[in-house]
Amino acid sequence: MIPIAHFMLISACLFCTGLYAVLTRRNAIQVLIGIEFMINAAVLNFVAFGRYDKISGGGQMFALFAIVLAAAGVAVALAIILNVYKYFKSIDPTKTNTLKD
Amino acid sequence: MNMGEEQIIFYFFAASVLISALCVVVMKNLVRSIFLFFVTLFSLAALYLFALADFIALAQVIIYAGGVLVLMLFAFMLSNRELLSSLNPVVSGFKINNFAGILISLLLLFILFTVIIKTDLNHLNWMQESVPINSSDNTTHLIGIQTMTTYLLPFEILSVFLMMALIGAAHLARKGGKS
Repeated sequence: MIPIAHFMLISACLFCTGLYAVLTRRNAIQVLIGIEFMINAAVLNFVAFGRYDKISGGGQMFALFAIVLAAAGVAVALAIILNVYKYFKSIDPTKTNTLKD
Repeated sequence: MNMGEEQIIFYFFAASVLISALCVVVMKNLVRSIFLFFVTLFSLAALYLFALADFIALAQVIIYAGGVLVLMLFAFMLSNRELLSSLNPVVSGFKINNFAGILISLLLLFILFTVIIKTDLNHLNWMQESVPINSSDNTTHLIGIQTMTTYLLPFEILSVFLMMALIGAAHLARKGGKS
């Protein structure tokens, strides 16, 4: 059995990597990948704690829900990125400074 | 002996997750970073297996590698070449913005590490009372039963939400339109 603290340390590292990507990348797709890293770190924690709970199974169920929600989020986010590119001719988040017109 | 092998494989995949994640974030070339994202997701699925969540690992591989990454690659192919070339002007030098980002991430990492190390994770109250999953249990069977009983309402809400999100994405990404 791998101790649960090791799962949590790995997920903490992954979360901070994602946070770094969100804060500093100049490219909307890489920012999106950073958000995916953060979601995956949360899912890793859910799964690691779910190992100790067989009766109600909350950890694994909500890990599954979180994965599906992340997939839906990516679909919408990529559609928005394509639209932003059409309008601003750039997907740099610092250059898109208006929401309408 | 058996435990030793398990730990070696676990730490191999953990290192693979962390190194490839760092490469994805640091890489300037977008296509390379997306393909490295594959490696991170597959290694994460391997880590889920060590937490005895085989169904979640399979769902991760199918949804992320099969859905999300194909979607991201399509986003490339549908957009023109300028999308790729306009990203490439490399911001050379050490920007103050980057420094702040590194500082915030490292500080958060430090806080998380301190909390995790100081918590007595193996003797939590609910853990003593609950039944852990054995490696011989059929977790897919358990997940199926729980989806249809305890978590029926979240499951139904999720299905409606997924349909809304996909219709919305198709509407947003359509070509032309009034605006």
